[in-house]
Amino acid sequence: MSVKDMQENWEPKILVFACNWCTYAGADLAGLSRLQYPPNIRILRVPCSGRVNPQFVLRAFQRGIDGVLVAGCHPGDCHYVTGNYFTRRRYLLMQRLLQYVGIDPERFQARWISGSEGPKFQQVVTEITEEIKAMGPNRKMRDV
Amino acid sequence: MKRVGVFICHCGTNIAQAVDCEKVAQNAQAFPGVAFSTDYKYMCAEPGQDLIKKAISEHRLDRVVVASCSPRMHEPTFRKCLERAGLNPYLLEMANIREHCAWVHPDDKERATLKATELVRMAVAKVIQNEPLDRSTIPITKRALVIGGGIAGIQAALDIANAGHLVDIVEKEPSIGGRMAQIDKTFPTLDCSACILTPKMVEVANHPNVRLITYSEVEKVEGYVGNFEVTIRQKARSVDLSACTGCGLCTEKCPTKVPSEFEMEMMNRKAIYTPFPQAIPNKPVIDRENCRYFKTGKCGVCQKLCPAQAVDFTQEDQLVTERYGAIVVATGFDLFDDSVYGEYGYGRYKDVITGLHFERLVNASGPTMGKIKRPSDGQEPKNVVFIKCVGSRDEAKGKAYCSKTCCMYTAKHATLVREKIKDSNVYVFYMDVRTPGKGYEEFYTRTTDQYGAKYLRGRVSKIYEKGGKLIVRGEDTLLGRQIEIEADMVVLATAMVAKENAAELAQMIGFSYDQDNFYTEAHPKLAPVETHTAGVFLAGACQGPKDIPDSVAQASAAAVKVCGLLSKERMETEPTISIVNEAICAGCGMCVTVCPYKAIELKFIQERVDGKVINRRVASVNSGLCQGCGACTVACRSAALNLKHFTNEQILAEVDALCL
Repeated sequence: MSVKDMQENWEPKILVFACNWCTYAGADLAGLSRLQYPPNIRILRVPCSGRVNPQFVLRAFQRGIDGVLVAGCHPGDCHYVTGNYFTRRRYLLMQRLLQYVGIDPERFQARWISGSEGPKFQQVVTEITEEIKAMGPNRKMRDV
Repeated sequence: MKRVGVFICHCGTNIAQAVDCEKVAQNAQAFPGVAFSTDYKYMCAEPGQDLIKKAISEHRLDRVVVASCSPRMHEPTFRKCLERAGLNPYLLEMANIREHCAWVHPDDKERATLKATELVRMAVAKVIQNEPLDRSTIPITKRALVIGGGIAGIQAALDIANAGHLVDIVEKEPSIGGRMAQIDKTFPTLDCSACILTPKMVEVANHPNVRLITYSEVEKVEGYVGNFEVTIRQKARSVDLSACTGCGLCTEKCPTKVPSEFEMEMMNRKAIYTPFPQAIPNKPVIDRENCRYFKTGKCGVCQKLCPAQAVDFTQEDQLVTERYGAIVVATGFDLFDDSVYGEYGYGRYKDVITGLHFERLVNASGPTMGKIKRPSDGQEPKNVVFIKCVGSRDEAKGKAYCSKTCCMYTAKHATLVREKIKDSNVYVFYMDVRTPGKGYEEFYTRTTDQYGAKYLRGRVSKIYEKGGKLIVRGEDTLLGRQIEIEADMVVLATAMVAKENAAELAQMIGFSYDQDNFYTEAHPKLAPVETHTAGVFLAGACQGPKDIPDSVAQASAAAVKVCGLLSKERMETEPTISIVNEAICAGCGMCVTVCPYKAIELKFIQERVDGKVINRRVASVNSGLCQGCGACTVACRSAALNLKHFTNEQILAEVDALCL
């Protein structure tokens, strides 16, 4: 197999941290409504987007994940009152940190998807999959 | 070594048609820790659960992964199954291979199977680190609080009280009754509103389980489901309720006249007053802003005349703190400010009024004793124009939503005008006529066919005064022509909006509200009276525009939820909360500030260091308050805080398992 073949067959793997109350429910709704999207994402359920420690994101990149999405309730609608505000601030800091260590900051995204936004979930993960696909595999931080 | 059992569900063909379940089960066999793995058609059905139970005992499993539908659907089912098999229910993890895999990837079996395998691998990696957790129980305060004493609040309180529980109603105004007390007749039956409301008011006031706390507001809410601690401000009424007999002498003799809020300022009241004749409690209150005694220090006529010596100018606001097990929020609605529509001249022309003004005008105990007279000169209006959707369905100037009640109350008003003034003409400008409800469409048809109200489809562009008449200029879009009507009175069907301080109250109690400040229910279909905050329920128009039957129905529904809660002695709490590793906690207090529930406090512990006893500051989590969001775990710099069931180690194990 040539290098070119490998690139053509390569599919990104994307980790989605979904908050239990909004985005996880939104992803369930996308399923219930049979809204199709590329099978590249893997959802990891957390109680709140504010539970996502930057350490988890860094570990995923270290292990070679191609993209990470943190998704929670819309600002102001957090089930735990303020959790997603912390996420919002951490997201901006994380992007700068990733840039500093040489990872394309666009590989890390944060979005607000409510429990009633199945179509938005479909649209967001489809877009992000396309974007990450265009960036190619993450090789920067992979453990040797 | 942990022994994990993996159970892959076909969900009939729901999962099996997009995912090769047998292959996933086979692949799972190779994952570290997996002692047994199988697939079955319906895991959630009785035989499926039996299969899990049997496998647990046969293969001595101590951890279980079920790959099936969303845990939001069947996690409780499988947890119970584990419990029956003698395992702690928290030793279960679910991999969502239906909603998150089979249903969204129906056309690519190979990659869907790969994805399902990876989701199972993540769940296995996590479950190995699951610890048995015990639900603790907390006592429940057996008293409910209803905020708002309108029809929704009254109904909810009555239902809770009739079920045998204690309930308090906190009402901001001097009397309960709310908006329904202001309304003249109710659609579609044209029942007199007061005649059906006041018996309920009396019933609730006399109920041995109900306590009315009127002229009071909720000031602070602390605690959590089962144990709310609510501070209530009882405003100074200046009248001793226990001494006052409600004779009314004070009101009669009071020299100060003030426009009555209840009568929409179309009539005066006194400075010491009861808001309306059937008020409950039917005892007066002094409006300190307008009272001559409070303004000038001279007068005191009411105090001198009161035979019961009940008038007390020295009364002060009192703060009382009470404990409640559950809260029903039934704070109702306000009216949209019609002066936004300058073209209608509301506030400029006396005879342009709102629907609620009309209710008082047509009411037998209102300012005109039930005779429809226009406010400017007291003449009987012959041509009455109604304009619907004033503030509703107008994103530019008003609200985007439909206020739901206006179509019906405008039809009612049109009927009443035609009934009371035989030679009148009634014109209704509408965008659409929306009459979903039992008997509603029939009522509307009667309004047009039997009562002869003329419905014109179109908006009004301008209202101006000419020769004592109001000229209403609008468009009839069905005929495609301009129309001008010489009206004697114009009634605006004003939108219902959230209470002015709705957001404030929601923030105080801690539940969410939408962009229009209406309170958000936990689920629009399946949990319409719950909020996302356990123990807090919604009733009536505070949740969105509603008519009386809907408000009453929702109030009863909320009452059932409250009764369900209060009928238990103790309540189980989720054990998935934060814990502190005191050995490595530095006592910095970062967690204290990020916790939205004030569940973390700093405490001192005694330690021996080099033979000396020292006091060291560490964080401590109140298990009753912690809701398990995990915000503190991320804020903690030394990783001393961890969230049970979603520990750092568990999530990292999942990440690692995914990235293999």
